[in-house]
Amino acid sequence: MSNVRVAGVGLTPFGSTPERTGRDLFAEASIKAFEDSGVPREDVDALLYGNFMGELSEHQGHQGPLMAEAAGVQAPATRYESACASSGAAVRDAVMRVRNGEDDVVLVGGAERMTNLGTAGATEALAIAADDLWEVRAGTTFPGAYALMAQAYFDEFGGEHEDLAHIAVKNHENALTNDKAQYQRAIEVEDVLEAPQVSSPLGLYDACPISDGAAAVVLTSEEYADEHDLEAPVAITGTGQGGDRMALHDREHLARSPAAREAGAEAYADAGVDATEVDLAEVHDCFTIAEVLALEALDLEPIGEGITAARDGRTTADGETPINLSGGLKAKGHPVGATGASQIAEVAKLLAGTHPNSSAVEEATTGVAHNAGGTVASATVHVLEVVE
Amino acid sequence: MTDPETGVQDAGFDDWLDAAEEGDAYYLECANGHGSLPPRRVCPDCGSTDLEEVPLPETGVIETFTVTHVPTPAFEEDAPYATAVADFGPVALTGQVVGIDLDAIETGLEVELEITVSETTGERVIGLSPI
Repeated sequence: MSNVRVAGVGLTPFGSTPERTGRDLFAEASIKAFEDSGVPREDVDALLYGNFMGELSEHQGHQGPLMAEAAGVQAPATRYESACASSGAAVRDAVMRVRNGEDDVVLVGGAERMTNLGTAGATEALAIAADDLWEVRAGTTFPGAYALMAQAYFDEFGGEHEDLAHIAVKNHENALTNDKAQYQRAIEVEDVLEAPQVSSPLGLYDACPISDGAAAVVLTSEEYADEHDLEAPVAITGTGQGGDRMALHDREHLARSPAAREAGAEAYADAGVDATEVDLAEVHDCFTIAEVLALEALDLEPIGEGITAARDGRTTADGETPINLSGGLKAKGHPVGATGASQIAEVAKLLAGTHPNSSAVEEATTGVAHNAGGTVASATVHVLEVVE
Repeated sequence: MTDPETGVQDAGFDDWLDAAEEGDAYYLECANGHGSLPPRRVCPDCGSTDLEEVPLPETGVIETFTVTHVPTPAFEEDAPYATAVADFGPVALTGQVVGIDLDAIETGLEVELEITVSETTGERVIGLSPI
C-alpha cells in the first residue's frame, strides 16, 4: 500500500475578513498549496472540499464545483460536511482514494466564511451541529454543549476553571510565531478567569474565536512523488474515523469522547504506532475542555488526568508532547470547514522542520491531527510521519 | 415548532410535546429494552424496528448543567438561562432548568418534566423543574 505524501500546503490568514467570499479564501489557500507542492493543477484527479455553514453564511450550496473553479482545477469535486470535522473527513477520503490507486493527486481542503454573520448569527449557525429538535430547541448553544461536558468532567474527575485557563494561555503563547493566527497575543491565567462568562463554567477566553479562512493540501501517491522528484518528506501513514450518538444526552459518558478514541485507535493501528511514539499533536481545542478530552481519547493522557497537562507543562512547547504548537483553534482561529485540513498542514510543516515552531520539536518524526465535529459525534484522526 | 407561515409542525416531536403538556410524556422502547426519543422507526442501539411508546419515568436526575449568557437569537430574551442533561433512566433529556435560582442548580438534583415557553419566541421548550 502506498504511503500518501503531503506534497504541499497552503493557508490563508485566519481572522475577521467578513467581506471575503469563500471562493476567494479557498483560491488563495489553493494557490499557496500548488506553489508549495510544485504539482501542476492539471495533474489533480479530484477535489475534496470541507465546508459547514455555506448555506447560512453565503446562501451557497453545491460548493464542490465552485471551489474547483476557484482553484483552477478541472477535476470532479465533492463537498464534505461533518460539522467542524468536515475537512478532516475530506482528508480521510482523499487518503483512501490515493491508497487504493483510484487517484494519484488529490487537492483536499476547506474554507469557512463566518464573521459576516455576526456573533449571534454565527452562534446560531454553529448550533446546528447539535440535534435541532432535542438540543437546540432547549437552548443548547455550541459553547453551552461543551460547558455541559466541562461541568461533567469537573464532577467526575475534579479540576477547575484555572486548569483550563492554562490551556488557553499555552495556545496563545504558541501562536505568537504564527503569522496566520487570528490572535498573536499572549494572555495570562487571570485574563481567562476574569473574562465574561459565555456558558458556565466556560468564559470568553475558553472559546475559540469566530473565524474566516481556508486551508488546502496537495496529497500525492508515493509513486507520483518519486517520479516527479517532489520535496515531500512527510506522509500520512494512518487514518481513522469514529462516530457517536448525535445528542450529548444520548452518550454513555458526558465527559469523554469515544468517537475520537475509536478514530485514534484506528489511525494508530493503521500507521503501526502507539501513543507513546507521538512527538506532537494538533488537537481540536474549540474550547479549552475539548483539548483535555482529546488528549485522553488519544491516550496521550490517562482518563481524568488530561486536565493538568498544560498546567503542569507536559503539553507546552517545551513539554514532553507539545500540543497545538500552531496556537490551536483557540488562538490560530477556527474557520470550521478549513480546520481539519489546516491541522494536517501544521503537523506536516512541524515535522518537515519548516514551521516557525519546529525548533521546539527538532527530533520529531511522528505527529497526530485530531479533528472533531459537534460534541464529537464525528471525529477523524490522522498520523503523519517523516518518511524521507 | 409550528412554522408561523404554514402552520406545519414536526411530526413525532410536537406530538411528544403535546403529550408531555398533558402529563403523558413517553419514550420509545425496543424489543431489547433500549430507550430512545421520537420521531424514530429504528432503535439506534440495536436496529430493532419493534418500538413501542412507554410512559417516561416521573423523575430524572441532573447529570450536568450550564448557565448560558450568550444565547442564539431564539433565546435572546431568555438569557441567562440554565440548560441541563437529566437522566430519566431509559432515556436522558436536555432541557431548561426552571423554577429555581440559577445559583442553586447542582448535579444530582431531582427534576420532573415541565413544558415551558421561550420568552423570546413563545415556542415550547422542554423544562426541567426541581422537585
